[in-house]
Amino acid sequence: MIRAARAILAKDLRLELRAKESVPAMTLFTLTVYVLFHFGLDRDTLDGSLAAGVLWVTLLLASVLAVVRLFAAEREQGGIDALLLAPVDRTALFVAKAAALFLFLCAVELVALPAFALLLLGPDLLEPLPRLLPVLLLANLGVAAVGALVAALAAETRAPELIVSLLLLPLLVPVLIAAAQATEPLLRDDPSADRLGRWLGLLTLYDVVFVLLSVAVFDYLLED
Amino acid sequence: MIELDGLGRRFGDRVALEGITVRVPEGATLAVLGPNGAGKTTLLRVLAGLLRPHGGKVRVLGAELPAERWRVHGRVGFLGHEPLLYRELSGRENLRYHARLHGVDGERVEEVLAAVGMDGRADEPLRELSRGMVQRLAVARAVLHDPPLLLLDEPRSHLDPAVGEALEPLIGRASGRTRVLVSHDVEGALGESDLALGLRRGRQAFAGWVSADQARGLYR
Repeated sequence: MIRAARAILAKDLRLELRAKESVPAMTLFTLTVYVLFHFGLDRDTLDGSLAAGVLWVTLLLASVLAVVRLFAAEREQGGIDALLLAPVDRTALFVAKAAALFLFLCAVELVALPAFALLLLGPDLLEPLPRLLPVLLLANLGVAAVGALVAALAAETRAPELIVSLLLLPLLVPVLIAAAQATEPLLRDDPSADRLGRWLGLLTLYDVVFVLLSVAVFDYLLED
Repeated sequence: MIELDGLGRRFGDRVALEGITVRVPEGATLAVLGPNGAGKTTLLRVLAGLLRPHGGKVRVLGAELPAERWRVHGRVGFLGHEPLLYRELSGRENLRYHARLHGVDGERVEEVLAAVGMDGRADEPLRELSRGMVQRLAVARAVLHDPPLLLLDEPRSHLDPAVGEALEPLIGRASGRTRVLVSHDVEGALGESDLALGLRRGRQAFAGWVSADQARGLYR
C-alpha cells in the first residue's frame, strides 16, 4: 500500500510541477481575496477574530480549487481505470491524494501568510507563528482528508465542480470554527495561547474521524 | 481461462449485455465483433473487472467475478480506447509509474520501450507525440507486467501496418497469451482468432467459428 501511495503521490506532484494547475491558482486566488478584503473593509490592519476569520475563510475557499482538480487527471486521462487494473489497495489512492492536497495547502500558505501579514494583519506574525504552525498543520490535514474524499465522490459525476462546492464547504465548517477560534488569540495585539489546546484537540479529533471514515468508505466510492 | 455463462450487464434500464455465453481456452484468441453500441467495450470492461456483471456467471483466470475481482488485478493487460497514460508525463515516466503500481522493475520498462520502438523518444511528454506513438506506449503499458490475458479494443488503431506487425510479438497471436480482441476489421480479426463472438444490441448473435460472410451479417 505504501509503495503504491508513494508512486501515486510522486506522479501527482510531478504533474503539478509540469501543468501548474492547482498551487498557482490557489495562491493567486488567496492573494486576490486578501487584496479585496484590504480595500473592501477599507482597513490597513485587522486583528483578533476578524483577522482569523479572513485568514481561514480565504484559505478554505482556496482549497476548493485544488479539490476540484484533485482527480481531474485521473478522470480525463483514465488514471482510475489504470489503478483499478493494478494490484493496488484502493486506500493507497486516498492516502496519495490526501497527501498531495496537504502539500498543496502548505505550499500556498508559505506565500499566503506573509501576504496576509503584509496586506491586512496589524500585529506582528513572527511572534505567534510557532503556535500557529500546529493549527495550520492540523487544519490542513482535516481539509486534505475531507477534500480527497469529496473529490473522489465528485470525480465520476457530471458536474464535479458543483458537487465539490456543495459538499466540501459544509463539511469544513468544524475546521473553520476550530482553526479560527485557535488562531484568534494569537492574532491579537497582545497575543496569547488562550484555549489553544482545546481547539487543537478538536481539530485532531476531526482529523482522526475523517481519516478513518475516508479509509472505510473510499473503496465504495470507486465502484462502478 | 475465460468462462461466461449468461453474462448480463445493464446501465440503468438499458441492457448493455444479456445472455452472453462463451468459453475461451488458455492461449486462444476470441474475436468480438459487432456494430457500434453492440456491447463490445462493455464486455471487455466486465472481463477486466472494471464493471460488475449484473447477471450470469463470469470466470476469468480462475477467478469468479465480481467476488474474486482482486485475483484478476495485475494479471490482465487492458488496451482500450484511452491509452491510460498522462499527457504531461513522458513515456518513460508513465511506464515507470505503472511499473511501480505493478511491482515491476525498471529494466522491464526499458525492455518494453525498446520492443515498441519508443526508446528513442521516451523522454518527450505525451502531448508532443503523435497518436500512433501514444498508442505504441499504450501497448507497452498493457504488456509491462507480462499479463497472461490481453483485452484488446482496436489495438492497431492509429498504427501504420509496419508498426502493427512489429508489435505482433507483444499483443499478437505470437505473444502466446490468451486474447480477447475487439475489432471492426472482420477479416483481420477472424484471421488471427480461434473463435468469434458476435454481438448485436447486447445480445449474442453467434459464438464459435463463423465465416467472414456470416460475421459481416452483423453489420447489415
